[in-house]
Amino acid sequence: MKVLVTNDELCIGCHLCEDVCSHVWYKEINRAKSSIRITSLGNAEWNMAVCNQCGQCIAVCPTQALSRDKQGVVRLKKELCVGCLSCVGFCPTLTFYVHPDYVEPIKCIACGLCTKECPTGAITIETLPDQEIVK
Amino acid sequence: MSSFEISKERIEALKAGHRVLAEFRYEPQPVEKGYAGRTLYVNVGTHTIATKPVDERMKRTFIGGRGFDLWLLWNAVSSDTRWDSPENEIVIASGPIGGTTQYPGTGKSIAVTLSPLTGVPIDSNVGGYFGPLLKFAGFDALEVQGIADEEVIVFIDGNQGLVQILTAPEESVNSHLLAEEMVALFGQTPQEKQGISSVSAGVGAEHTLIGCLNFSFYDPRRQLTRLKQAGRGGLGTVLRKKRVKALVVKYVGVKGDSNHPADLQPIQQVGARMHREIYERDPIMFTMRLDGTNHLTKIMNDYDILPVHNFRYGSHPEAEKIYSPHFQKYFRYDAPDGCWYGCTLACAKFAAGLELRSGPYKGQVVTVDGPEYETVAGIGANCGIWSAHDVLEANFYCDAYGIDTISFGTALAFVMECYEEGILNKEITGGLELKFGNGDAMLEALHQMGRGEGFGLIVGQGIRRMKQIFVERYGADPQFLQDIGMEAKGLEYSEYVTKESLAQQGGYGLANKGPQHDEAWLIFMDAVNNQIPTFEDKAEALHYFPMWRTWFGLNGLCKLPWNDVEPADNRVRYKGIEAAKVPEHVQNYVELFRAITGRDDVRSGDDLIRMSEGVYNFQRLFNLKMGQGTRQHDAIPYRSVGPVTDVEYESRAERYDQQLRELVGIDPTGMSTAEKRLALRRYREEQYEKLIDAVYKRRGWNENGIPTLEKVRELGLDFPDVVELIEKHSR
Repeated sequence: MKVLVTNDELCIGCHLCEDVCSHVWYKEINRAKSSIRITSLGNAEWNMAVCNQCGQCIAVCPTQALSRDKQGVVRLKKELCVGCLSCVGFCPTLTFYVHPDYVEPIKCIACGLCTKECPTGAITIETLPDQEIVK
Repeated sequence: MSSFEISKERIEALKAGHRVLAEFRYEPQPVEKGYAGRTLYVNVGTHTIATKPVDERMKRTFIGGRGFDLWLLWNAVSSDTRWDSPENEIVIASGPIGGTTQYPGTGKSIAVTLSPLTGVPIDSNVGGYFGPLLKFAGFDALEVQGIADEEVIVFIDGNQGLVQILTAPEESVNSHLLAEEMVALFGQTPQEKQGISSVSAGVGAEHTLIGCLNFSFYDPRRQLTRLKQAGRGGLGTVLRKKRVKALVVKYVGVKGDSNHPADLQPIQQVGARMHREIYERDPIMFTMRLDGTNHLTKIMNDYDILPVHNFRYGSHPEAEKIYSPHFQKYFRYDAPDGCWYGCTLACAKFAAGLELRSGPYKGQVVTVDGPEYETVAGIGANCGIWSAHDVLEANFYCDAYGIDTISFGTALAFVMECYEEGILNKEITGGLELKFGNGDAMLEALHQMGRGEGFGLIVGQGIRRMKQIFVERYGADPQFLQDIGMEAKGLEYSEYVTKESLAQQGGYGLANKGPQHDEAWLIFMDAVNNQIPTFEDKAEALHYFPMWRTWFGLNGLCKLPWNDVEPADNRVRYKGIEAAKVPEHVQNYVELFRAITGRDDVRSGDDLIRMSEGVYNFQRLFNLKMGQGTRQHDAIPYRSVGPVTDVEYESRAERYDQQLRELVGIDPTGMSTAEKRLALRRYREEQYEKLIDAVYKRRGWNENGIPTLEKVRELGLDFPDVVELIEKHSR
């Protein structure tokens, strides 16, 4: 499956990936609308949080709005979503996000555009065997 | 998969029987801040369909849900109306928070009618999608009045703005079939089907007074309808009396902001936080997602409060046979089990692969929604039937026939004790050997309710009427039947043994609708943890908790996410009764109410309690209007207070002897069991009366249990007819 793979050690906290993500999907630079979250751990260390496509959210969705596409990416069909946020609360990695401008949650679809902007290669897009859960 | 799929030919046959008796068109309009702003009135007798406006006073005084139901019913009936009068209504409502998708437990409907069992309003809350879809279709409540000349369904299409009364000669009556038929008739795609919910009963509801309503929702993964029950008080009996086969609502297009809340952000925040809490805490707390409410059976047995053999005892060596693991093998975990979108507590368990061993569907492999704790305790433990299969089979047939599992279990347990005491025998029961533990006889009594024949019909009259019949026809001792017949106000008890908790005796006896635990559950607080030792403490708890629990019913909410999961630090930050209130969750509800309705004047849990107090007092006054609602109607059977028989006394002799010594001031040495039992009884009955005095005082009622004019004015309930009613009773 296609998935974003992160390496915290390479991250310099420039937040470019967050900006790219929100701009691509919501047409504005607003980190609160990104599906990647970069958090400072102090001492110039950073935590990178993004969906690992584990798919556990699929089982808790009451409307079948979540499913895997052919590339193994977990996609949200917004027209089916009722905004219940079950997926947000039950995400094992806490990488499903909410913004009050939208009733549907914000989720990474492994488009990979952020990886092109990352100056250090801290975030890359890879194709992993199905079922393998990273980080 | 269900064995009850509906063929195309069947659908055509159903359609061929439809004739439009009445039709009403309206302009669909969005819900605003949790309210549709109007209610729907349907008279199936006169074929009248109309809407009624919801004004500010109605919202402020009655909030929604049970409050709206009671207000509409109050205006529809007189003190002479009986359950089977055409004026009686079934009223169903959600509430301002109802239909919120982000927070668990927001899909409840509350159904109200004048009960065939009690003669006063019954309110019953139920999952399934009907209430929220009704609101999004444009109506805060639905009143169904009148008695139809022929079998009908009422169809509400919230997308088209259409309400119809249709003849329905061909539709099934039993709910497991009817719910599938409604989805097949009115929905094509999975999304459309998920936008349909029906309310129906069954043939058992026609033949008894303990009929329930089934509220459906469509499960798109399993491609079948699921059923949740508004069980209590004979609601299904009233629906079938009206010759209504189903009330159906269709609304496709539910979204996360369908309530058009004043402020979406706080709703998303508390919702996501609550889902996370359930994710982390439920597996280490009550395992509702795994077991549903039946996780309680073990706890109740461990604490000696599981009703066994008609509430004689609180535990049994064989109880383990109906603990959760025996049901887990039937449960399927292949789809989310919330009975409304976003309920991650997911207690609505789904049992599959049950091969029926009796009745009209014998041999078929079926699915069952449940069983709930109440069903396991009532039909299992209370009747001494230690078989998971038989409990599930009875659960399936109760739902299909439209029978309340609680009244059925409690009534049958009473019958079984009468049988074992020799009051009844095989001759009287038509061959049914109704001893404790006889699963075959239990199922046969249930099928008799379905067929409308035999002794099952007597059982289906409920305990209050059975007591009279057994005295008149079989010469039973009326005092003994009064002592062991577990009903109050005419309603059968739900499934907790209250002998050692005075506060919970009041929780049941003082409940407006009759002895149902949704008003107060104080056993642990009172009897196990001794946190409310004085009468004043108990009275305070019997003020706060009934008001708080009433609030869920005003808003279209389920109570379970309030205290069947708790924040990790709840019992660190708070102690005793404060911890039992789960303050963080109370604050969640304050935030939800404010964010949806935009009412900034609502700031604390106290503000929520005040909302309930108005409706609670109004319901008490409604009982008064119907000729009850006074102290004598708060009396309870002695079986719920203490040991009726010597064997019961002996089963807890050490505890009771100690109480005689320490509380009553009698040395039991040398006394016979009967003497000791009577001495304890005098003491305990006196305690109950003192409790009632304290609670009435706390609630602002006079010594006869009637709200004072002062209280009524304070609560804004001083409508002319309310004032007149109170004045009439104070003369």
